[in-house]
Amino acid sequence: MRARLLPLVAVTAAGLLALTGCVANATATDSPKGALTVDSSADACAVSAAEAPSGNLSFAVTNSGDQVTEFYLLAEDGLRIVGEVENIGPGLSRDLVVQLAPGTYLTTCKPGMVGDGIDKTTFTVTDSGNDVAVDADLDAQVEVANSNYAAYVRDQVAQLLTGTQSFADAYLAGDDDTARALYAGTRAHWERVETVAESFGDLDPQLDLREADLEEGQDWTGWHAIEKDLWPADAEAGFTAYTPEQRQNLADLLVADTTTLNEKVQDLDFTLSQQTNGAIGLLDEVATGKVTGEEEFWSHTDLWDFQANIDGAKVLYAGVRDILLEEDADLAAELDTEFDALQVLLDAERIGDGFTLYTDLTSAEIKAFADQVNALGEPLNQLTATLVL
Amino acid sequence: MTDSPDPTTDAHAPRGLSRRGLLGLAGAGVAGLGLGIAGDRVALAAAASSAGAGAVYPFYQKHQAGIVTPAQDRLHFAAFDVTDGTSRAELIELLQDWTVAAAAMTAGKDIGDYGAVSGPYDAPPEDTGEAVGLPPAGLTITFGFGPSLFQTAAGVDRFGLAARRPADLVELPHFPGDMLEEAGSGGDLCIQACANDPQIAVHAIRNLSRIAFGRAAIRWSQLGFGRTSSTSTSQATPRNLFGFKDGTANIKAEEPAAVTEHLWVGANDGPAWLAGGSYLVARRIRMTIETWDRSSLREQEGVIGRTKGEGAPLSGGTEFTEPDFTLAGRADQPLIDTAAHVRLAHPAQNDGIRILRRGYNFVDGNDALGRLDAGLFFISFQRTPASFTTVQLNLARNDALNEYIRHVGSALFAVPPGASEGSYVGAGLFA
Repeated sequence: MRARLLPLVAVTAAGLLALTGCVANATATDSPKGALTVDSSADACAVSAAEAPSGNLSFAVTNSGDQVTEFYLLAEDGLRIVGEVENIGPGLSRDLVVQLAPGTYLTTCKPGMVGDGIDKTTFTVTDSGNDVAVDADLDAQVEVANSNYAAYVRDQVAQLLTGTQSFADAYLAGDDDTARALYAGTRAHWERVETVAESFGDLDPQLDLREADLEEGQDWTGWHAIEKDLWPADAEAGFTAYTPEQRQNLADLLVADTTTLNEKVQDLDFTLSQQTNGAIGLLDEVATGKVTGEEEFWSHTDLWDFQANIDGAKVLYAGVRDILLEEDADLAAELDTEFDALQVLLDAERIGDGFTLYTDLTSAEIKAFADQVNALGEPLNQLTATLVL
Repeated sequence: MTDSPDPTTDAHAPRGLSRRGLLGLAGAGVAGLGLGIAGDRVALAAAASSAGAGAVYPFYQKHQAGIVTPAQDRLHFAAFDVTDGTSRAELIELLQDWTVAAAAMTAGKDIGDYGAVSGPYDAPPEDTGEAVGLPPAGLTITFGFGPSLFQTAAGVDRFGLAARRPADLVELPHFPGDMLEEAGSGGDLCIQACANDPQIAVHAIRNLSRIAFGRAAIRWSQLGFGRTSSTSTSQATPRNLFGFKDGTANIKAEEPAAVTEHLWVGANDGPAWLAGGSYLVARRIRMTIETWDRSSLREQEGVIGRTKGEGAPLSGGTEFTEPDFTLAGRADQPLIDTAAHVRLAHPAQNDGIRILRRGYNFVDGNDALGRLDAGLFFISFQRTPASFTTVQLNLARNDALNEYIRHVGSALFAVPPGASEGSYVGAGLFA
């Protein structure tokens, strides 16, 4: 529903967030003990040490040149990328945090982001005795997760398109009861893949804009504009039902835009970070819009959207779970527990094939949802840093 | 101070509080002679230790203090509605009373003739007393007039001011994403009290609202516990609750040309009474910090467009290096994202518009969901409200930061020029 940077820009390895525990404010920006520094200048890539013990290593890369630079840590063959930081502007520093097994590596910088990299230097990791997980067949696992998720997105949008046509037909026929009954269930297909759907420029505002998001004079189209017409009870005094012409226009646009969306999702590819950040983004949608009852302002069917966002996040998580089990089994166990706990809360609000209306929830129930979303959100947001190197 | 009270003297009005301003105390016949005797905290607190504690900014100036004044650490802001039935004369009297009290408090003095701990034993003290023993702490008190003072939403001209309303002083438009709460928006009058000691700022609003009882009442108020911008090159850039430096590119007091061009209402801009004044925009911006806190450093720096540590633009350099919005990184994508806050708020993206920001961090307990009710109480001063509207529209449409914030309160006030000694704030409006 709103601009989001991550799913769109995260195309390669992430600079990782180091959890350093309790560090005094004044020293938080100092390098952690044993950290390595890299000076990327116009013609050199100077690493502060030629070797380090295996385990978690941190390279603080400073760009002392006057071009944008990149730093790479390569496997011994000089081809496979073990870790990288990109887009370091002149004068800036950025950390690369990686977990390295004993062995021989190469370091290199790429000022100007062109060429093969300069000052390739051997970097040796000695055996510290700490176990380091080794990726067995990560690329193949990521590719499987990618193709599975791409198929899931296509399937959900196809169902969305079918459902949208039925919904539009009922709405145009004046069969408001049927339209109301179809509304939340159809939108669930959108909400399951919301972070993908909203990455297509104008389609998201045309289909999913809330009234509060409008600017003065802007036309309001999409699901929520129709929602208000179908559930006018909470509308402002003086609100009049839409004319047949308005209904026709809104329904036509809804179907047309959904058709366009369906075309756009046919050839999508998802990197590992796009998958993990997609799960994180879906839970953010729950935390900011659904748990507050702001998304479905007229129909109050927020829990349908809530469940659908969680469905989508679970699919993304399930896709990478095998990889996570190898990297960090504790995190996987924690995520399993927290997803389950959230589902227990949602299941308690099921009525038939739907849910309790948001306005019928008690404040204690809403608080419990919010608490559990936070409980899930904290470990879930470690997923990208844990998996993407 | 207790000798020779003259029960017939009531000649203090021009220099002291009005009868009503003293809550009936002056009417009891003890006024006049105590001026200057009331607690003088400047003298009392000569040994103040904390930074800025001893600073004193004169109240009577060409421009009101609290605008280009180096941003103090603490804020108490209050919007008032004039009480039904208050006459034009009573409104003027309120402004006179506020002026006298503000001049005293900013000088580090108690209000009234007897202050906080003296005076008739059977009367309530004139000053509430919690500032006794504290230094002036750089207190500034800045007054403003909202659109509704000139004409109510229903079109009523309560004080004969409608014809003097500046054309620019109209309610701000609805911006995309606005979720404004009526009870925390608007207002006939406003008072911004800033100080380096929170108790001093609260003391000012508390006493000024007490003076107003019966004539004006607080509509909403806001405490700010930490400044989020610097208005002088002598100040370090502080951080907002996102943990980023805020207001690096702010207008600074040391830029006289920018201050003249972007801040003060010019003699030919509108009504003469506002020349030398400015427009104040206040926005209560709630941050969903729980969601922000668990976003990656990549996301955080990408959204802002600056590094979190140094505050340098992602295009390189150090904090005060001009951002290079064209410098591209991998895949020819600009290092500063097209939706980054620093890009969209930059003068280069807004027809060269600059505003003076003077906002504060707030945390007002928590909401029903157990989330901190935290954010930025945004305050900006500008020569015309259109400057704010242009920038905010650009932000509201496109800013990646919108994912983590929502605007829940909004108000606009015309800030008259400073008062001269013996006169009162806003006198030109009623002349």
